[in-house]
Amino acid sequence: MEEFQIFNQNFIWGCSAIGAGIAMIAGIGPGVGQGIAAGLGASAVGKNPGARSDITSTMLLGQAVAETTGLYGLVVAIILMFVKPFG
Amino acid sequence: MGLMLSADVDFMIHGVVKLPFKFLSQEVWISDSIITTCLVSILIFIFALFANRAIVNAKEYPSGFQNFVEMLIEALDNMTKGILGENSYRFKYYIGTIFCFIIVSNLSGLLGLRAPTADYGITFLLGMFTFFIVQFQNIKNNKFRAITNLFQPTPVLFPINLIGELANPLSISLRLFANMLSGVIIMGLWYGMLPIFVKIGIPSFLHIYCDLFSGAIQTYVFCMLSMVYINDKL
Repeated sequence: MEEFQIFNQNFIWGCSAIGAGIAMIAGIGPGVGQGIAAGLGASAVGKNPGARSDITSTMLLGQAVAETTGLYGLVVAIILMFVKPFG
Repeated sequence: MGLMLSADVDFMIHGVVKLPFKFLSQEVWISDSIITTCLVSILIFIFALFANRAIVNAKEYPSGFQNFVEMLIEALDNMTKGILGENSYRFKYYIGTIFCFIIVSNLSGLLGLRAPTADYGITFLLGMFTFFIVQFQNIKNNKFRAITNLFQPTPVLFPINLIGELANPLSISLRLFANMLSGVIIMGLWYGMLPIFVKIGIPSFLHIYCDLFSGAIQTYVFCMLSMVYINDKL
């Protein structure tokens, strides 16, 4: 019975680690979004070099906001790894 | 502590002093993020004393430190005027306060301290400040419409509008927290797991990205979003 419980615990921890890895797939979305924002920012600077500082600050603000969903994935992964809500 | 990490890797919050009483049957610890918060506050306080002295004894032709303080105040004015417009004088003190606190907290990683903004207790508190200011302005300016606006455009959307209001402090505090925590984890892994010869020189680039760049951007984003939320309710 005790062996079974130890196996159970280790199984849950292993599944938590796999779940943390799967949660980090959320990083794809912000990567694509930030890339699109950076590309459009570069083309905007090419069209209008005078507004370079405005474009850069707007782009960075938008990218930082777009990063949020990826960071939610990171928080879920960290909770699964270190807080161990199921184990 | 970690599942698969060796004991050398260390990016957790540690308790330093255990207090002799219990609160709600939980142990009460003074953690290192509390100590770092106090250090940051003392640093800001000392800077404020010197800035006050420089402005009280202001010269007609400013130089040195007085120039620097005036530049900071001008930058704050420009930042708040850009979004809040003519209402900026009512909120720029709050925005300036959280800006000073968050930027010094984020940069404290450069001194080898654990950034206090990588503790969810502190960033959630900052988010709740903004949330209460926003809701106070909402009720003060919109009176009864503060509630009926939740039923716009159709009453079916009430739950979504309510969640949209309540998610604001969560989203801005989680954004700041997760950014700083990822920086702390990357630095902890680098210092804990790699051999000694890559710990000299190379981490400075990581510090520049994780502490300086990410910290400054997230501070700016937190203040901008606070102002945007406040401006929505004016």
